Amino acid sequence: MHLSETVNTGFYFLAPWLVFFPVIGLLINWILAKPLKFSENMVGAVASIAAGASFIVSVLLAYSVSINHGEVMRWQLAEWIHIGDLALDWTFRIDSLSATMMLVVSGVGTLIHIYAIGYMHEDVRYKHEEGRFTRFFIYLNLFLASMMVLVSGDSYLMLFVGWEGVGLCSFLLIGFWFEMDTLARPSWANSDAAKKAFVVNRIGDFGFLIAGFLMFWHLGNSFQFDNVFEAAKSAPPEIIIAITLFMLVGVAGKSAQIPLYVWLPDAMAGPTPVSALIHAATMVTAGVYLITRSFPLYDLVHEAQNIVAIVGAVTALFAATIAVGQYDIKKVLAYSTISQLGFMVAAVGMGAYVAGMFHLITHAFFKALLFLSAGSVILGVERGHHAHAHHDHHEEKPKKKLGKKKKEEDEHGHGHDDHAEARRVEHVETFDPGDMRNMGGMRKTMPVTFWLYMIGTLALAGIFPFAGFWSKDEILLDASLHNQTVYWLLTVAAFFTAFYMGRQIWMVFFGEARTDASKHAEESPKIMTIPLVVLAILSVAGGALNLPFKGFHQLGHWLEYTLGAIEYPPFDLGVAISSTVLALIAILISWLIYGRNPMKSNQLDPLKKPLSFIFTGMENKWYVDEIYNFLIRQPFKKLAAFLADVIDWRFWHDFVHDTVILGTYNWIGQIALNQYADQKGIDRFFNSWADVSNWISANVRKIQNGFVRSYALSVLLGVVLILGYLIFK
Amino acid sequence: MTVTVDYYIALSAILFIIGAAGVLIRRNPLIIFMSIELMLNAANLAFVAYSSIYESFTGQIFVFFVIAVAAAEVAVGLALIVEIFKSKKNINIDEMNSLKG
Repeated sequence: MHLSETVNTGFYFLAPWLVFFPVIGLLINWILAKPLKFSENMVGAVASIAAGASFIVSVLLAYSVSINHGEVMRWQLAEWIHIGDLALDWTFRIDSLSATMMLVVSGVGTLIHIYAIGYMHEDVRYKHEEGRFTRFFIYLNLFLASMMVLVSGDSYLMLFVGWEGVGLCSFLLIGFWFEMDTLARPSWANSDAAKKAFVVNRIGDFGFLIAGFLMFWHLGNSFQFDNVFEAAKSAPPEIIIAITLFMLVGVAGKSAQIPLYVWLPDAMAGPTPVSALIHAATMVTAGVYLITRSFPLYDLVHEAQNIVAIVGAVTALFAATIAVGQYDIKKVLAYSTISQLGFMVAAVGMGAYVAGMFHLITHAFFKALLFLSAGSVILGVERGHHAHAHHDHHEEKPKKKLGKKKKEEDEHGHGHDDHAEARRVEHVETFDPGDMRNMGGMRKTMPVTFWLYMIGTLALAGIFPFAGFWSKDEILLDASLHNQTVYWLLTVAAFFTAFYMGRQIWMVFFGEARTDASKHAEESPKIMTIPLVVLAILSVAGGALNLPFKGFHQLGHWLEYTLGAIEYPPFDLGVAISSTVLALIAILISWLIYGRNPMKSNQLDPLKKPLSFIFTGMENKWYVDEIYNFLIRQPFKKLAAFLADVIDWRFWHDFVHDTVILGTYNWIGQIALNQYADQKGIDRFFNSWADVSNWISANVRKIQNGFVRSYALSVLLGVVLILGYLIFK
Repeated sequence: MTVTVDYYIALSAILFIIGAAGVLIRRNPLIIFMSIELMLNAANLAFVAYSSIYESFTGQIFVFFVIAVAAAEVAVGLALIVEIFKSKKNINIDEMNSLKG
């Protein structure tokens, strides 16, 4: 409807290139990288430029939205499905909401692409699989393309295409090192994690699909956003509740909410840039985007909204408590992500869409920063571990400075390969570079990463004036006005957030190195730290996007174009101060426990004794996986075994097929048809004719006895007979 | 006693029966040939006799044909007998039964 009038202003015609650029990038890397022998930097550059081009398009589209005063813009690329009244096209929807998501996805995505060049360069070498470097970037670009389809689609079905596309990329990238576990030992642990993510997401997608079917059936036979929202106004509320709640199942799957969050911690099996891009900054926020996009539906039914908010808030607290008991640096961040996604879902559940989106953006910044810094830490430890392991093998050599040694090793190039196998057997097996208990004191060895990590931590903990403070405060403010339960749950969750992040900082960066590897850890190269610096700046200043004072609320006003008029509750100093103070107290407590007396190597977690079984519960993720295993997987496996063994094999195969069908056919074929119809019926019938003619010929043959005189006698008798007849007739 | 045509007919029948009996009974092909000649000439006699009864030459002309055919038949037959004798050293008619069914 807006197509022809305003199409000339702005850069809307670029919309499809959001998807095309990453696709071109992946095609180049896919098809040309091998024959043209691209270097790793070349592959990375192609992928990063594709992502960057997508970001530039996003900027231009956002600019176009702003000069057109937020008018919703559609750009139809091609026809898709036309059946009867249903008309679905590949139409891109550019409004302030989708433009925001595009900017986040492509912006953070580009930085992570650049970071990944440095990260994967080392990762593929530690895993002795250098050929997979290109594959990683192909997957990353594919993910970016899918995510762009997701955020820019103009219908639920197109959104679903992107939704499944990112799910596929998530699967591929979690299982990137599919034949090993996180410690590079041969195992199927990583591919199991990938399968888990995929299967759990299928459960969520099932909910989303049901919501889609209901929508199509009851809301105007359409998937197009505006049509659905228009039809929803006159639809019975029960239908809307059903749709929104089924959609919540989808959200719970993709955005890792209770009860479907279990896949996200396991998803840390993927390389760290994947954890940052897909499982922290972009894909997992798709659920939040979906609810925000469907705000006209959710606004109609407050019961569903409440459920969404409670699910989010409970998830936020639940995951935060688990994060306290984790030892793996990425697992802590994974549970933190689940917790923060809970914040966002709670916010959009309360109708505070701006706060939810705001937190989505800032979270993308600081959680990407944290994950990438964690990746830097892990690689630093790994470098230290390898350098040290190398030392052991060459003790007869004069000891050199580590940096030099590393360089020398790179120059000669064969250093890694010579001892690759030996290391695999002797060291890598038992050493986990991601375990925080193996770290300690790393602020000295990795100063840049340390400061970046600090910024991310402060932003996540919600310390003034970092980005996380503003967005989290806005959510808490809305919660304090709309829903007290959610407010308290989120406040406690925020306390835990600050606590586990403090614990992590003290354990990783302070105290003394607990292993030789962390003692010899080395700082990451510039290609990894520079994107981190950009993210750090955004994490510091991101709050300026939406300052909660009169005259600001920039993000709110920007999203108003899409979300309609929004009321801005006045900034509540009480909420802000109380959450900040709580966060500071939590960090202080974490210092008392972990900072004042740094953990020694092989020491138990200081919380383990005083909290006894509670901490054991946290350590073991409250046994949710075990409960699911017991309640769902085992019965399911038994059911599957029953179905396979008894129903399928014994009943269908052995009984129905082998006995009944095969037996019947055998009986019909061998007994009825062969033995009776053929042998006794048809055969006998024709054989008897053959016997008759045989008999006749046997008898008649006797006449032809070869005696000429008997023939002559026959002739005589014949003549006599004929003559007799002629005479006496 | 006048000799009427009936006598010729009767003589013809007797000759024919003697010839037929000779064909059926004797084993020597030469005798069989002679018997066949006898039967043919019995027929010739009947032709001639009826020819005089009906005062028609047709019968007599038939006789010429029969005599000619008989001569040819004897030529072929004797040639066959000579060849059979050459190969089998024997002309017993009963042993020439290789076409037995």
